[in-house]
This record gives sequence, structure tokens and C-alpha cells, in this order.
Amino acid sequence: MKTEVDNILETYKGAKRDSLIPILQKLQENEGFLSKESVEKVSKYINVPTSKIYGVATFYNQFKFSPPGKYHIQVCRGTACHVLGSATVLSEIENALKIKTEQTTTDGLFSIEVVACIGACGLAPVISVNGEFHAQVTAESIHEILNTYREKEAKDEK
Amino acid sequence: MKNSNKKFLVEKVLNNTKPFDKNTLLTLKQITKEENNKPIIYIGAGTCGLGAGAGKTKIAIEQYLETNNIDAEIIAVGCIGLCSSEPIMDVKLPNKQRVSFEKVNNTDVNNILDDVFANKINPKHILAQFKSDTQEKWDNVIDISEHPFFEKQERIVLENCGIIDPTSIEEYIAKGGYKAYLNTIRNYKSKEICDLIEESGLRGRGGGGFSTGKKWKFSLNTEADQKYFICNADEGDPGAFMDRAVIEGDPHKLIEGQAISAFAIGATKAYIYIRAEYPLAIERLEIALKKAKEYGLIGKNIFGTGVDLDFIIKKGAGAFVCGEETALIHSIEGKRGMPRPRPPFPAVSGLFEKPTIINNVETLANIAWIINNGAGNFNKYGTATSKGTKVFALSGKITLTGLVEVAMGTTIREIIYNIGGGILNNKKFKSVQMGGPSGGCVVEQNLDIQIDYESLVEIGAMMGSGGMVVMDEETCMVDVAKFFMSFIQRESCGKCIPCREGTGRMLEILELITTKPDNSSNDALVRFRGIMELESLADVIKDTSLCGLGQSAPNPVLSTLKWFKHEYEEHIFDRKCDAGVCQSLRIFKIDVDKCTGCTICAKKCPTDAIIGSRKAAHYIIDDKCIGCGTCDEVCKFDAIEIL
Ligand SMILES: Cc1cc2nc3c(=O)[nH]c(=O)nc-3n(C[C@H](O)[C@H](O)[C@H](O)COP(=O)(O)O)c2cc1C
Ligand code: FES
Repeated sequence: MKTEVDNILETYKGAKRDSLIPILQKLQENEGFLSKESVEKVSKYINVPTSKIYGVATFYNQFKFSPPGKYHIQVCRGTACHVLGSATVLSEIENALKIKTEQTTTDGLFSIEVVACIGACGLAPVISVNGEFHAQVTAESIHEILNTYREKEAKDEK
Repeated sequence: MKNSNKKFLVEKVLNNTKPFDKNTLLTLKQITKEENNKPIIYIGAGTCGLGAGAGKTKIAIEQYLETNNIDAEIIAVGCIGLCSSEPIMDVKLPNKQRVSFEKVNNTDVNNILDDVFANKINPKHILAQFKSDTQEKWDNVIDISEHPFFEKQERIVLENCGIIDPTSIEEYIAKGGYKAYLNTIRNYKSKEICDLIEESGLRGRGGGGFSTGKKWKFSLNTEADQKYFICNADEGDPGAFMDRAVIEGDPHKLIEGQAISAFAIGATKAYIYIRAEYPLAIERLEIALKKAKEYGLIGKNIFGTGVDLDFIIKKGAGAFVCGEETALIHSIEGKRGMPRPRPPFPAVSGLFEKPTIINNVETLANIAWIINNGAGNFNKYGTATSKGTKVFALSGKITLTGLVEVAMGTTIREIIYNIGGGILNNKKFKSVQMGGPSGGCVVEQNLDIQIDYESLVEIGAMMGSGGMVVMDEETCMVDVAKFFMSFIQRESCGKCIPCREGTGRMLEILELITTKPDNSSNDALVRFRGIMELESLADVIKDTSLCGLGQSAPNPVLSTLKWFKHEYEEHIFDRKCDAGVCQSLRIFKIDVDKCTGCTICAKKCPTDAIIGSRKAAHYIIDDKCIGCGTCDEVCKFDAIEIL
């Protein structure tokens, strides 16, 4: 049976080594992370050993090897955000969710990632949840933001 | 409408060499929306605008139009550069000048639009209006060029940002876009373009500051069956966001600039290497490239000139070092993004071992302007060694944040105080960090130097990509040094030992200085030795690292050591952080007169460092306290003091 991974790989017919990163990006976009199975498939497809693929994938910050939460929180730790207190924001999020950076909550709802700069430095500190930006966050507003996602989730469940 | 526009633009504009007739001019004004029949509402929806709530504002506008039965067009534009005023909404009524409102949250929309449609201006939100010789002015509204933030700016790179619809190639062409490109490939030889750019004095805006025209010639003069031109849109310096703004707000400017540049070296394949953290920019770029292809501006045999050019977008995968040329090339080739020694330089042997030129986004965004206006009009701006303008990204503790484009040679004081409105909340200026992780800080006494590549290096800072992070009295400079060191240490690719191990060691020393000692005996001595070692360690790393990342890694530390030695000493000897940033150095005390013994602090303390019985004053055990400040936050009686 054909899986989604096969379908994605098919769009890269005749792909060579220089397509490796785009393929991995596409797979991660689809699955949220790179599973062992899909890396093995890529390896067969473009004829590059899995060891080499992991060598490349682990080099880049973007690639993840375990599933992220349903709401993936990226906290900017760039210079502007740092100067305006992103360290406090990060620890507040970690405390509120009772997880550390790079971890996922046990209910699978939230995960935290630290990124270098989102490019909205004029509105620091900035976080992004599933690509949705929140500017000038404070230790207080974090809780409101998290709650809106929790509420959304509760609604979705009904 | 769109298709007839295309026919018109190709025939009457792109293929036309004579002055425009009256009808053409009118149609052009309709396309650029200077002449409009129904109202247009623009909303600044760049990444920063969206972060500030432009998405919600847009929904409110849509609802307003629907409830009031108004037929108007809504256009999402990029960012005009004044981030602290986002969300920004512009209104263009028929026959009236376009007028711009700031800080428009969703709840403000109704009031502002009610007023505008009644020909009134909401005084609380008005920003400025845009000049037009055919449209009626609004009374008592300043022109955008008189606004203090814009007044001193010279906009070449940012000229269209926040103004034109970034998804409309029609508007770009109607404003004179792609004229420079067609002129280039129709009338010039590659070498002539290289000469012109060299004469303009344009230097790389990505950090190195190498003469762009000279660099191109290395590739032009290398024989090869295939050459590549890469745009570096990796924008790794945290605190810089001009490349993002250009791509989000005016993507065709980059494409046109890069197309001209590719022709100048004889490249037929162009790559844009853009960081994955910029999804909106990538989307806008994809749309723009598709449109340019539809117009025949990229592809095979462009406008019958025999010139070919293909564009490929490559998304970065989150590695700072991939901004370095050779690492970037490895990344495009699908490998680990590690730099290699140079020579051979990429200009001679780069991507897939073919001659490759890499230029930064801002560098390329200048090219079309130079072709249109001539080298002389470009190099009239600037200092003896640095010509043209430079975009700076203002952020941190400053009143007005955003992007400013000024002529080279402007003073830093001018940018911070006159354009940026001074320090946030009237606090005291401490320093401004320039050049990101490779740069350094500029202190009060150097604020009056004229910005150029050389003058900044002289005072221990760097142009870098143009990030300017302003710091005030509440910023700890040792902490800033530690911040950059931990960034660099994380991002070091690990290939060469001085960078991999050296940055780790430097970070260790800085951590020792900024955290509370666990054993107090000869600790001050260890810390002092650490700071002595920092400097020699820095020298070794600078001299022996393979690439620019390592070679410049110690800069933030050296620069803070030079200008803020007293802060280091205070951390080492007094174990104090005056700015109150280094958490674990903070010493807390409970004011026994204010403490009511409510026990909340003792309950919340993560390390059980607070003792005391109910209804009696509590005490903090210093040895256990980690300085987190939780007690201070939870105390309702203001009984916690920081010593
Ligand atoms: C560690 C490191 C990171 C860099 N990051 C960037 C970057 O993010 N963007 C950029 O344009 N140049 C960056 N550069 C500079 C590039 O290597 C290169 O010099 C530049 O893209 C050339 O373009 P220009 O001549 O137009 O400035 C970086 C250099 C180093 C050593
Ligand atoms: S530093 Fe946080 S968005 Fe740039």
C-alpha cells in the first residue's frame, strides 16, 4: 500500500543529493518530525545511506526526531528579544507547561522550541505558536495566550 | 482586467522606449492605484504587523465594510518599517491622497473608518499622508516625509516596502520595475554592468563589505560552462530583519536586482537561499517568481534577447553558520553546512565546483536603482569609503523600533535620538550593539561617529548586516556577552577546534562570573583568572579559526570587556549585578516589619530557602536562595527587598 511518504517521494523523481534537504523538509512538514521509517525510505529512494541522512538532518536545528505537540511554541531567543526579557518569558512558559525546551507535554498538546530570531525584533519579545505570531509578550500575557489555545482545544473536542 | 493589464504592460511599458503618452500615464496611475474609483484599504501585514495583530484588524475591516455595505478593496502590503506603530492601516479614497493610521487594533477600526468615510481624520491614530500631484490633500495631516521617523531617511532599498502590493507584479512594473533589467540585457555587455556597479562604490551589505563590482569580475573572468548566482537571504544575525522586510514587502526588487547581477557574471541559474523561519517571505517570493515567469521576465530567451535565467528557492534549515558562503554552498548541495578553507573562492569554484557569486538581499536590492539612476547618483551618498545608503534594524530599548534607511555617514546619535525617538521610557542610554554575534557595542562617547564600514571597525564594532540593538541602564553587559557566546557556542559547526572548544571555554568563564559561587574560599581568584584568560583565549580563537564565525566569535566579549570592564569587576569582586539581570547574583531579604507571616513565599520558593512560622516574620537562607525572585513576585505586602 502506498503511504503519504511514498507520494511525497514520487514528486522528487530523479532526485539527487541536492534534493535531500528539501525532501526532509517536506516530510517534516507533513509528519511534524522525521520518523525512522521515512528516513529509511528516503535512503532507498535517493540511494544515500541512512547514516549520511542522519548526519545531515542532525546538523540542522530545523529537523526533529520525535513528534511535536499539537501546538508547537517557538520562543525567540534573539538579541532584541533577549534584551527585552525573553529568558523570563521562556521560563514562564516552561513552568506553566511543566516541560522543558525541546519537550512535549504528556497530553501531546504543547511543545517548546527555542529559535534564533523570528524577524519581528521591533516587537520583541516574540513567540510563535504554529506559525501564529504573538508580539511583546510578557510573563503575564503568556498565560492568556496559552489559555486561548487550551480553550480552542476544549471547543474542538466537543 | 488582469490579462488586459498584462498586455498593456508588456506592450506599452516593457517594450516601449519612448516617453509615455497621456493615456498610458493615466492607466499606469490606475494600476499603481494613485487613481481609484472605489476606496482602497491597505493593511500592513508583514511578519511584524501580523505579530502586532494586523490579522484581527483585517477581519474587523472586512466586517465593517460588510455591515456598512461599502464596496472597497482590501490590500495586504508589507512593512513600511515603523514596527512600533503596527498595525498600520492606510485608506485611499477616490480623488483623495492616501492617508495612514497607526496602532489600529481591531477595536479601533470602526471609529477610524467612520471618520474617514465622513471625510474626517481620527486624531488619535493619524500617522501621515502620501503625496500625489493629482489627488486632494487632507487638511492638517503631515506628509510622510515630514514625519520625524521618515524625515531623515533616504529610501532606495525600502522605497516600495509597505506601499505597494507585494503580490502584484503589475504594480511593480507600473512603478518602473523591470525597466532596469530589460535595459541591461538589451543594451549592455556583462562587463559594462560590472564596471558600473564597481564605479557606484556599492559594497556587500551582508557583513563583509567587499566591493560588489570587483567581486563579480572574478566570476566574469573565469571561463565555465555553467555559473551560478546565489542570493544570501539567510539573515542569521538575530536583531536584523531588513532582508525579510524587503522580500515580504517588495520581492520583485530583489528578483530584478538578482537577474541583473546574474547577467553581469553570465550566470543562467539563480538560487535564493532563504531561512525557513521566514514562511511569509518564502510565500511572497514564490508568488513573485511565478508572476515574473508568466511575464516572460525569467525563463528562456527573455524578451527575445537570447538571455536565459532560472530561479530556484532553497530553504535553509536553521543553522547560523550557513550564512557563511562555503557553508551555504554545502547546504544547497544537500550536505552538512560546514565551511571549507578558502581559496579556492566561490567566485572561481563554488556551487557544484562552478563559479558562483553570493550576494546579500540588501546588496541586490540596490542594483536596479543604480542602473536606473546611474553610479553618480548612488555614490553621491555616503563617506569616502562607503557609498549609498544602509538599512538598519532598530530594536531593543528604543522608543520607535523598525527599519531605517539612511545615507552612509549618518551618525549613530542621529539614528537613535532623532529617528528612533531616543531611549524607551526616558531611561539612560548604555550602549548599542551593532553587527550581531560578530560585532560589538558602541558607547555614548562614540555616538557621533559617522557610520561607515571602517569607522565602525575602528571603535570595535561592525557594520554586520545592520542590526542595532539598543541597551539601557537595565541591561547587563556581561549578560549580553554571555548571551552572544552561548549563541555562537551553540551554532559553531564543530569542524575546527579553536571555535568548537574555545567558545565553549569562554562561555564557561562567563557563566562562572555571572552565577553565584557554591564555595566561597578562593573563588574570586578563580573568577579573576578567568577574566585574564578570556583575552588570550579570544586571541587564539580569532587567529586560528577556519571561518568568519570563529574569527569574529570573541568580538562581543572583547568589546564589552573594553568598554564595560567595571561591570565585569563588579560581578567578580562584589558579586553584584547592578542592572539586576544576572539572577543568581541577586540577594533577597525580607523586611520583617512588612512581613505578615502569610507563608505564601515559603510555599512558592522552589528551593525551600525561606523559613518562618505562620503569622511571624520569615527569613531567607542565603545559601539556598537561587535568586529566582519568585518570593518577590508572590508577596502581597511588598516585604521582599533586593539588596
Ligand atoms: C558565520 C557567518 C554568518 C553569515 N551570515 C550571513 C547572513 O545571514 N546573511 C548574509 O547576507 N551574509 C552573511 N554572511 C556573510 C556571507 O558569508 C557573505 O560574505 C555575504 O553573503 C556576501 O554578500 P555581500 O557581498 O552582498 O555582503 C555570514 C558570514 C559568516 C562568516
Ligand atoms: S530577536 Fe526576537 S524576533 Fe528578532
